[in-house]
Amino acid sequence: MTTLLSVRGAVKQFAGVRALDSVDLDVIAGEVHCLLGQNGAGKSTLIKVLAGAHEPDSGELLLDGRPVRIPDPRAALDLGIVTIYQELDVVPGLRVYENVFLGHELARAGWEQRRRMRAATTDALVRLGHPEIAPDAELGDLSPAGQQVVCMARALLREARLVVMDEPSAALASHEVANLFRVIGELTAAGIAVIYITHRLAEIRQIGDRVTVLKDGRTVSHGLDINATSDETLVRLMTGRDVANTFPPRRVVAENAPELLRVERLNRAGSFADVSFSIRAGEIVGLAGLVGSGRSEILGSIYGAIHPDSGEVTLDGQPLRPGDPAMAVRRGLGLAPEERKSQALLLDQAVYRNLSLASLERFATAGVMNRRREMTEAVAKIQSLGVRPTEPRQSIRQLSGGNQQKVVVGRWLVRECRVLLLDEPTRGVDVGARADLYALIRQLADTGVGILLVSSEIPEVLGLADRVLIVRQGRVIAECAADETDEEQVLSLLMKGSAL
Amino acid sequence: MKTAETTVARAHPALVALQRIKHRSVAVPKGPALVLVVLVVVGTLLSPYFATWSNVLTMLTSASVIGIISVGMTFVIISAGIDLSVGALVALVAVVATMDSVQQGGWALMIAVALATGLGAGLVNGLLVAYGHLVPFIATLAMLASARGVAELISGGTPQTSLDETFNQIGSAKPFGIPLPVWVFAAVVVVGWFLLNRTTFGRRTFALGGNREATRLAGIKIRKHILILYTLSGLTAAIASVLLTARLTSGSNAVGTLYELDAIAAVIIGGTLLAGGRGTIAGSVLGVLIFTVITNIFVLKNLETDVQNIAKGVIIAGAVLLQRRRQNAPERAQGHHNEQRNDGYDNFSRTNGWAVSDKAGDARRVGGPRCGRVGVGVHQ
Ligand SMILES: Nc1ncnc2c1ncn2[C@@H]1O[C@H](COP(=O)(O)OP(=O)(O)OP(=O)(O)O)[C@@H](O)[C@H]1O
Ligand SMILES: [Mg+2]
Repeated sequence: MTTLLSVRGAVKQFAGVRALDSVDLDVIAGEVHCLLGQNGAGKSTLIKVLAGAHEPDSGELLLDGRPVRIPDPRAALDLGIVTIYQELDVVPGLRVYENVFLGHELARAGWEQRRRMRAATTDALVRLGHPEIAPDAELGDLSPAGQQVVCMARALLREARLVVMDEPSAALASHEVANLFRVIGELTAAGIAVIYITHRLAEIRQIGDRVTVLKDGRTVSHGLDINATSDETLVRLMTGRDVANTFPPRRVVAENAPELLRVERLNRAGSFADVSFSIRAGEIVGLAGLVGSGRSEILGSIYGAIHPDSGEVTLDGQPLRPGDPAMAVRRGLGLAPEERKSQALLLDQAVYRNLSLASLERFATAGVMNRRREMTEAVAKIQSLGVRPTEPRQSIRQLSGGNQQKVVVGRWLVRECRVLLLDEPTRGVDVGARADLYALIRQLADTGVGILLVSSEIPEVLGLADRVLIVRQGRVIAECAADETDEEQVLSLLMKGSAL
Repeated sequence: MKTAETTVARAHPALVALQRIKHRSVAVPKGPALVLVVLVVVGTLLSPYFATWSNVLTMLTSASVIGIISVGMTFVIISAGIDLSVGALVALVAVVATMDSVQQGGWALMIAVALATGLGAGLVNGLLVAYGHLVPFIATLAMLASARGVAELISGGTPQTSLDETFNQIGSAKPFGIPLPVWVFAAVVVVGWFLLNRTTFGRRTFALGGNREATRLAGIKIRKHILILYTLSGLTAAIASVLLTARLTSGSNAVGTLYELDAIAAVIIGGTLLAGGRGTIAGSVLGVLIFTVITNIFVLKNLETDVQNIAKGVIIAGAVLLQRRRQNAPERAQGHHNEQRNDGYDNFSRTNGWAVSDKAGDARRVGGPRCGRVGVGVHQ
């Protein structure tokens, strides 16, 4: 057991925030070392230090026992540290293989060796269980999950000694996570160390060897043996409290609750077909399915973000115009989209401006903003969602991933919709904040809002929703009450088609 | 999250935030302000006449034309667009307003026709960009060419004298000792500032430039908004043209040449991001004043215009470099220079599965990448 990499007393200060406040970490060759911590604990900052994206203010990095400096990303790669970031970092306009080899193109005498690059890309994609992604496809045409796979392929093709993954599973469905774990197994078998960040404790149990817990920028415990540590202990280390990780109690939706949203025979070639269902006031309906099964496209089509080919969506009995999100919002619909960075956030603008974006009229009289009202509301939402840091004027880029996600959902809590469409609302949100978010969503439903929930985590759908629709390859194949089914049953329904 | 700690935090940020509203109401970008101060000092040292009241009024009067245009331009650029047609629109408006038939209607008709021409041309720009799915650069470039063409056609290539005394007064009247163009400039700046910083319209403009797709998905009618933005820019060009025509007492198809570049340069020097999403009216005004002061110093010192142009170019590059450095400074120190570059594709070329696969209407990128830069680097 040789220690590959050590971090000693790393400190990183941003204007006003101590993101890292003395962090220690030891990674052994060939292990999967999990990094745990609440949103904003400093996990991403730490791995950015390792990736050469941030230089620490003080502290020491040791590789093979020798002190090293990592002043820029190139240096990290040269040392064999390859990073898969929390947010995708790809160039949509380039082809898949070009993205994979960006910055280390294979070339001989100045000529690109395209054939070799394509072949290597195909190999890597097959290893990742995605033979269907063509190396020549334009990256922007892939789904977010597909893009994530390409990031992974890129990491595989570098000569790595340490692969760092920041919440890689957040965008993946369960069978894809299985693939990811297989690849991680291959890496560690070859003596490569993996640092793995996730908010899902179950995953840590599955593949982790040791775990380091960060809290408020400090290492609170260091290289714990996972098998000797209970979930409760981990949660307590992370949050400093006991989180009752239960879902809020359901209330029986009254028989006579009015129907809010009705979707009838909605079709979109290549995405989904013949989708019909309805949502009543106060009801949470979950869409369970694999990534790529068309759930996000169904949400997008209801909302008007994309055009369905045919079918009708009615809200309160009145049809919605397809492809017109402005009208949908005016009528009381809201959508918290899947990809926070490209679809939801104004990254360089303040948190409060991100929160109020969908509700500007609410804070305006004859077009003139009442900033006091806006700010008061923003502060209230920051409070109820537990966004940290709490400063509403901070640019949202400076928030950690999980805190950004809370703002994405918060935007629609500010708006006070009649029907809320939530696409992976808890992506990247930590255990404690997740419980708070579940409670908020349930509270919203209890006030008569209808909610349509998409989540790749089946327990989340089953725990939060009243009714679950099983979506497979763009079709609703089954519907059941959430409390009358279990994860296994849902999974077997989901997988049946793909096994054929 | 219901710890004592968070309860304390509850009152705290609210109070701080509310108090701060009062404090920073007009944010003035420091970089350009500094450059302007330096130039003023230099001017004062070089010429005794520089700091006189009458010279200040001269400078403000000559700043007013580009100044008004750059207010409209600031909006367009913050929304991640660009308007190259403003200089040509100044000429078109000047010529149309001084046509014989219009002059016969008197000064009121002249002004009305001028403003209507600017609005109309801006509207066409807006239609091309918002509904015709043209890249702003191309749409307004087309307008630049054709507006000047139409102006030449109407005027036959010769200046048309403005005979209406009342109209010409606009260029020479001095209510309360200050030239009317300066008053108009000030009014446009105040209205523009208010619109940008205090209204939903301004908010949407920032949002649009920050992330177009997110803005659309927040339920904002982005096409209508784009249409209004370019119309607004046409309107400010028309106001500027009225002032200029009145001052020159003639309308010619040759006026306003390269005004678009002066206006864009002023806006960028003022700290507005060419990529959109960030910017201030105050900065643009400073940018215009910087140019005016340079020109004035050169005129006072009787220097050649070629030297003057070189100096302008150096100042543009210098001011923008200074800004880049200021923006990058904390990042650079951390070896984090990639982040800035990433903005380019976050906001422009970055598309998601939907926008690309959806060929119908709304989801298509209306503007397209105007200055999309690519880079691979670090994300959160
Ligand atoms: N560029 C920055 N400027 C200012 N503060 C920053 C910056 N980047 C991160 N921070 C702050 O540093 C702290 C740690 O952030 P970090 O992204 O490392 O958290 P994290 O543990 O990865 O959280 P998550 O689980 O939500 O991804 C947060 O409080 C965040 O707001
Ligand atoms: Mg993170």
